[in-house]
Amino acid sequence: MILHQLIDLETLRIIWWALLGVLLIGFAVTDGFDLGVGTLLPFVAKTDVERRIAINTIGPVWEGNQVWFILGGGAIFAAWPPLYAVSFSGFYLAMFVVLAALILRPVAFKYRSKRDSATWRRNWDYALFIGGFVPALIFGVAVGNVLQGVPFYLTEDLLIPVYEGSFFGLLNPFALLVGLVSVAMLIMHGGAWLCLKTEGVVAQRAKTYGTIGALALIVLYALAGLWLSLGINAFSFAAPAVTDGPSNPLLSHVVHEGSWLAAYSVRPWIILAPILGFAGALVALFAMRSGKEGLTFIASKLSIVGVISSVGLTMFPFILPSSTHPDASLTVWDSSSSHLTLFVMLVSAVIFVPIIIAYTSWVYKVLWGKVTEKDVTENNEVVY
Amino acid sequence: MELGIVELSRLQFAMTALYHFLFVPLTLGLSVLVAIMETVYVMTNRPIWRQMTKFWGTLFGINFAIGVATGITMEFQFGMNWSYYSHYVGDIFGAPLAIEGLMAFFLEATFVGLFFFGWDKLSKVKHLIVAWLVAIGSNFSALWILIANGWMQNPVGAEFNPITMRMEMTNFFDVVFNEVAQAKFVHTVSAGYVTASVFVMGVSAWFLLKGRHYELARRSLTVGASFGLAAALSVVVLGDESGYSAAHSQKMKMAAIEVMWETEAAPASFTLVGIPDTQARETHYALHIPYVMGLIGTRSLQTEIPGINELVAEADARIRSGLVAYDALMTIRKEKKNTPQEVTKRFEAHSNDLGFALLLKRYVDDPRQATEAQIKLAAEDTIPPVGLLFWSFRIMVGLGFLFIATMAYFFIHASVRGMKFPRWALRFAVIMIPAPWIAAEMGWIVAEMGRQPWTVDGILPTALSVSKLGVTDLVITLAGFVIFYSVLFVIEMGLMIKYIKKGPYMDVAETEAWFAKRKALKAQQVEALS
Repeated sequence: MILHQLIDLETLRIIWWALLGVLLIGFAVTDGFDLGVGTLLPFVAKTDVERRIAINTIGPVWEGNQVWFILGGGAIFAAWPPLYAVSFSGFYLAMFVVLAALILRPVAFKYRSKRDSATWRRNWDYALFIGGFVPALIFGVAVGNVLQGVPFYLTEDLLIPVYEGSFFGLLNPFALLVGLVSVAMLIMHGGAWLCLKTEGVVAQRAKTYGTIGALALIVLYALAGLWLSLGINAFSFAAPAVTDGPSNPLLSHVVHEGSWLAAYSVRPWIILAPILGFAGALVALFAMRSGKEGLTFIASKLSIVGVISSVGLTMFPFILPSSTHPDASLTVWDSSSSHLTLFVMLVSAVIFVPIIIAYTSWVYKVLWGKVTEKDVTENNEVVY
Repeated sequence: MELGIVELSRLQFAMTALYHFLFVPLTLGLSVLVAIMETVYVMTNRPIWRQMTKFWGTLFGINFAIGVATGITMEFQFGMNWSYYSHYVGDIFGAPLAIEGLMAFFLEATFVGLFFFGWDKLSKVKHLIVAWLVAIGSNFSALWILIANGWMQNPVGAEFNPITMRMEMTNFFDVVFNEVAQAKFVHTVSAGYVTASVFVMGVSAWFLLKGRHYELARRSLTVGASFGLAAALSVVVLGDESGYSAAHSQKMKMAAIEVMWETEAAPASFTLVGIPDTQARETHYALHIPYVMGLIGTRSLQTEIPGINELVAEADARIRSGLVAYDALMTIRKEKKNTPQEVTKRFEAHSNDLGFALLLKRYVDDPRQATEAQIKLAAEDTIPPVGLLFWSFRIMVGLGFLFIATMAYFFIHASVRGMKFPRWALRFAVIMIPAPWIAAEMGWIVAEMGRQPWTVDGILPTALSVSKLGVTDLVITLAGFVIFYSVLFVIEMGLMIKYIKKGPYMDVAETEAWFAKRKALKAQQVEALS
């Protein structure tokens, strides 16, 4: 197999770094509104019929949306094995909580309306709320920790990853702030989706909460940005990095000082990402107030794209810095898969991602239109 | 046994995998059976077949939800509990998992929603296509997962890189067309078809015994038996194919299943039953069938199959060779580019045995400091739990033949004497419902416990693969999974039983009207004739 030499290792690494972003953003803009709807469920829908309307807006699509997340996990494993190894074992208990919440969610969707009992349904509604809110919060908390660096090292002899922190160490103030940014963002997005897909009282309440979400996002995102630039040390290479060397993080020296804002003087164009984050949320806010549902949803999506990519672009080339042993930090240049694997994975992605997007769009088209009370009551046996 | 992080991680993995594997086979098979039923509906336009599709589809949906949910655990557990494994082989192992998501899981997950919600939104043919896409997606999913698993059993297309300290892919096609993976895929998927067939037959038989839903039940039972017969035959034939592959990539697994301590002169006999005694290293009250083992294992009458004792001696030699590789590796890692050429050469000569030296990590931090006694212990460790394998294998194979007999009986009865089955046979079909699950779980045990003490055969020992977690963390998550999964299981079974008892509740009027019309038509014809 010599074909893979067509694209050099450095380029493949950048592509896979970008694809990692695409998958995370894909997850946030699709499954993000599912999580948002779950979080909003107790607030926007009070009666059983209202709840079923809200649930059925995402009923046929959440399953496909969730695959972005699973695929994200798979892609990290395949393209960034050290990242997969260190982060999943390091954030062990947090991952377990996310898993539990995400296992609860499919089951809750499927089983909620299979019995008539009010208690049964109320319990599953709690499950849906937990399944939405908890992952939304924890994903943000995780990002907040990554920005500060995570306490881990790799043993010199066999490169065994060892994590030195604790679960409660993850819950520091900055990380919790980022967690709230994530929750606000997905509430905005869930609200925008419900405005688009429902009518009447559910849509009315969704509009209120969506507005609050967008406002909160603007304020919290600004606060987090300020805190990041003033109060948190950045990571950088001590000497220019070898970009196409072997994937062994210990081969480079890393210093933990300075501001993450330095990235904006090196690559001024990345300022577009936070601008998009703010602008998207602002447009979503005003569009939501003036009842432009389509525009709201698109603006909300763009805001998510901006917010998530601002994190990645600020940190580049760092992916998972180590706060206790900066030299062990994982970067784009030293924690990827081999040249061949990256190439094979790229070919698979180039073939399948367009196909996925094509059939997903078709499914959304088939399901286009608002979910009404009639849909829920008349198809009692078919829908959730 | 003291429960350290290795034991707890293994327990957790086994528990979550066996649990996940309760739902997977039914998903694999039922997705296809439902698609077949819908195909008949689209071709004949008879509403009974749509009713069947919806009824079995509902049960499929209940099962699918937990299958997907528990699958998420599996995808993340490698990173969470097996971080060194993930680092060491992620370059190869991660690829099929990611491709599974891209090619298969996305397909089934996107269309499964439309399958349930799209009856009124799609034309008949389009809905049928959706049903088939779900089935194809599930089955492709199994393909990629088993390519990943097959690589753990027979690691081809990869080599060790001392600088990155991990295995790296050298040939993607070798990984994909790994013979072990291919044999496992067909074996596992067929086992899924058998599971679904037995399930459909059992539930239908129960309906017939209770005198309910006669039209739906007898048709479903016949579809189950025909499809199941083909599947049951291929499970056994292709299981034999796995046996053949195991013989040259994993000789120890084969010998352990057989509890064959000493190498026998070719062709070896097969021990039908017996009581394996690990202490005395012999099998009591053994009932042998001559030649069979040699034929399964080597497909010849001349080739010898090595016994356990011979394989342990081989492991002992490979540990010593691996130590040479380990010593050279440490120099390479320290000196990096300044490594003397002779050290590199020495490493290359012995690098195939590096994994065997890593077996010593369980006993001593630096394998080079290992004593003779520790080397002996590590060599003995290469024997998997023989008693467990011996019995799991025999239960699995015994049930496999029983499935063939059951399916054949119903199939022949339906083709020759029609679909009025005797009550004893129906009762037997109901009793058989749990059997395929037992066989599938036993199959998992044979395949994965038989691989011990390795996560990747001959490359990476299980004891070294785990994440460096605290025992408390592991106890918390293990307890969490046990409680959480038990509750889900009770809920799932409750719903399954509720919906089976409820019977087909969709399209009832339409189906009955069709049958009434046909009856009237037949009566007319009879009248016209007389």
